[in-house]
Amino acid sequence: MAHEHKLEIFRGLVKFKSNTQKIWGVLIFLTIVTAIEVVLGIYKPEALNAQILGMKGLNWIFIILTIVKAYYITWDFMHMRDEKGSLRKMVVWTGVFLVCYLIFILLQEGTYVFDVYNGDDAIIKRDF
Amino acid sequence: MDSTVASTGTEGKTWGGGNKPLTASYGKLMMWFFIVSDALTFSGFLAAYGFSRFKFIKEWPIADEVFTHVPFLHGQELPMIYVAFMTFILIMSSVTMVLAVDAGHHMNKTKVTWYMFLTIIGGAIFVGSQAWEWATFIQGDYGAVQTKGGNILQFGETVMEDGEAKFKRISIDEFAVTIPDVRVEHEAKNGVWFEDEGTLPPYTVNEIYAGLAANENILVRTQILNDEGEKTVLSREESLRQIKENGKLVVKGANLHVNEYGTTLFADFFFFITGFHGFHVFSGVVINIIIFFNVILGTYERRGSYEMVEKVGLYWHFVDLVWVFVFTFFYLV
Repeated sequence: MAHEHKLEIFRGLVKFKSNTQKIWGVLIFLTIVTAIEVVLGIYKPEALNAQILGMKGLNWIFIILTIVKAYYITWDFMHMRDEKGSLRKMVVWTGVFLVCYLIFILLQEGTYVFDVYNGDDAIIKRDF
Repeated sequence: MDSTVASTGTEGKTWGGGNKPLTASYGKLMMWFFIVSDALTFSGFLAAYGFSRFKFIKEWPIADEVFTHVPFLHGQELPMIYVAFMTFILIMSSVTMVLAVDAGHHMNKTKVTWYMFLTIIGGAIFVGSQAWEWATFIQGDYGAVQTKGGNILQFGETVMEDGEAKFKRISIDEFAVTIPDVRVEHEAKNGVWFEDEGTLPPYTVNEIYAGLAANENILVRTQILNDEGEKTVLSREESLRQIKENGKLVVKGANLHVNEYGTTLFADFFFFITGFHGFHVFSGVVINIIIFFNVILGTYERRGSYEMVEKVGLYWHFVDLVWVFVFTFFYLV
């Protein structure tokens, strides 16, 4: 079985000569993303604390960067880029759908319980 | 052989068997199935963490204040640095793994051996770091008092730093007054042999109260987050009143029942999620070692394919992938 690899990332913006070179390229990219996350996590810039869609802007940045990292780990390290489209969809769509569903249900429920604890008519006292 | 293998006349046709659906081999496909189901287990844990956090959104501990330690750098507050290092180690070992897979495609036994070896070393460093992280977390640093309602009260003083008033934590060891009337820990050898009790806390609430009363500068901090996302600091009178009336138990460090950092659930999820991930890394290292010896023995050389390295590689990258999410949701967000 021949092992052809697709050697471009960022939709063809960066092309590599060999698979080994691509691996190091992806490592550099992942390291930069992690470094950005850590720096933002330590300094927590005031400007990014604004609420966007019910969550801090900074947290949105973290989550998006995490998904970017997950994409490159799966696509280049796990060679998802070289697999058949149907295998890719089978794994990714199933996972993404179920995870989103689970997150929606649990976070919705968590918000509800918070309201039960902290509403004006709350009958549960936790601070004593 | 002809007598035992039935010829069906469908050889070479799609449903005749012997071909690879999705052009992936059986083993790789099964590994992908396992990864999808394991990913759902981990997302179940992380979503449950999110549930509990949303439940206590106004009082969840701030990870930056909890994970501040780095080995060999005692007494320095370096939030995130060590976890970032661990993340980098794991990504690095993922890279050596994928390089091993690539060398396997070229049937280069020496290179596969070395890259597998480096991957195992990376995994071992990660598991070791996690053990250290656990030990530090369990041991705790400042100590706190738990109230009757199960909330955590921490101690500190307001200091001026660069013209800004900042709340600096103070360890209970620094101000607690020893009162000699404390209860002695019951041990099996001193009483009824079948009765035993856990370690008593280092101080009683009375000792902490006496120390607090004697030191005018010390204030109590509750776990409630204010609008700036910082923990609420109480006034001097309120501090004394809270400890006197509500203080129930002195807590140092963390376990599954109490934790000095805040909501008990935080420690529970820390142990559960990082523990489950650490177990994955550990089993990954064990599988890697097995494959490593198979590579040395030339098993795959004789088989003519290093696909086994590829399969264990998929698992190893998955463990890295999970850590990327744990890192974000436990330490960053």
